[in-house]
Amino acid sequence: MATKGVKLLGVWASGYVNRVEMALKTKSITYEFIQDNLFYKSELLLKANPVYKKVPILFHDEKPICESLVILQYIDEAWSNGPCILPSDPYDRAIARFWASYVDQKWFPLVLDLLNTEGKTEKAALLEKMSEASVLLEEAFIKISKGKSFFGGDRIGHLDIVLGSTLGWVKANEIMNEMKILDERKMPSLAEWDERFCSDKVLKDIIQQPEKLVETFREFREIKKAASN
Amino acid sequence: MEGTNNDVVLLDFWPSSFGMRLRIALALKGIQYEGREENLFDKSTLLLEMNSVHKKIPVLIHNGKPICESLIILEYIDQVWHDKYPLLPSHPYDRSQARFWADYVDKKIYSTGRRVWSGKGEDQEEAKKEFIEILKTLEGELGDKTYFGGDDNLGFVDVALVPFTSWFYSYETCANFSIEAVCPKLVAWAKRCMQIECVANSLPHPHKIYDYVLELKHKFGLDTN
Repeated sequence: MATKGVKLLGVWASGYVNRVEMALKTKSITYEFIQDNLFYKSELLLKANPVYKKVPILFHDEKPICESLVILQYIDEAWSNGPCILPSDPYDRAIARFWASYVDQKWFPLVLDLLNTEGKTEKAALLEKMSEASVLLEEAFIKISKGKSFFGGDRIGHLDIVLGSTLGWVKANEIMNEMKILDERKMPSLAEWDERFCSDKVLKDIIQQPEKLVETFREFREIKKAASN
Repeated sequence: MEGTNNDVVLLDFWPSSFGMRLRIALALKGIQYEGREENLFDKSTLLLEMNSVHKKIPVLIHNGKPICESLIILEYIDQVWHDKYPLLPSHPYDRSQARFWADYVDKKIYSTGRRVWSGKGEDQEEAKKEFIEILKTLEGELGDKTYFGGDDNLGFVDVALVPFTSWFYSYETCANFSIEAVCPKLVAWAKRCMQIECVANSLPHPHKIYDYVLELKHKFGLDTN
């Protein structure tokens, strides 16, 4: 399948954008990354995604696709020659989608909320919820991987990418709060998976560096403060 | 995969728009199944076991294995029984657009609709405005097509959205407005869908839904001023 005209409109710090890059890299698709600005959204963004006005947006031969999970499935279907990201078996596919949806509805919002939570009690409450969620994800990993390295089996798949793209901000939170979220004592399988995922040859260059995310977050917070003063 | 071993159970709750989606899909594809009505205030052991994460309906149990989340179940049904009445289009780009809009329905209609029927005063007015905008956006996507899926058959987005039309009467009555007055094209689309037997047989009468809404309002003390 021709790879002409593949563009990804996004911002570096977004986990949702990062996961699209991971999918593109996994399929060895050449693309152009167009950096947008969350404070001054471009005409291109507003025109291509009038419904949500958000990134990521994938352009394939000028046609836009929005919403990261929709984009991931599109990439898998449009480039059917490369390795499959989603399982082919309908049941396994449904399970992968279920947990991807769980990551986006439950796990990642907690991770991002934690960034913007100051109070000790509120933080503790969020961390409690995150702990419960990570127990479920640990159990899911054990069940789905069936003893193999990734959710996708021997190779990185849809759910690896969806959860993996949240790790940058998970670790940024760990740095800023000086504590462990993906605790290898509580979730040994996920902790090992994390290490394998982050050292993957294809993906390691685009995985978000937590220290850089911390820096970006602190800058963002300063800009917001200045804007409201 | 039209196997001989096809034991299909649907854990459902009659007023659930999410459950209705699957009733429609199973009917369109001619799939025999056992529908089990759940009491959401007294959930069965089966439901709690089959959907231990969210403890919600609908759940499809196919040959003993549970699938949860209505749009995920819809895609599953479409993939397994792909020969009869395909809901997703075949071209990847068209599929992505269908998924995008079905996801939009999921993100917007239920939660905003809930604020419309259960809200009061300014909150309700705000919710009503948002709800109308959402319906207008969907109208824009429908355009001049007979259905979201095209001119001939229902598609993924039609099945995702049409169940909520059984709640239109409740939204209108609780918030005192007419959806047809603001979104005539969408109401016309809903009427066309209801002419399809599988849809009409899968949706409860809007007045029954309204009775249920009144029950809920009373139960949660939302009917006092």
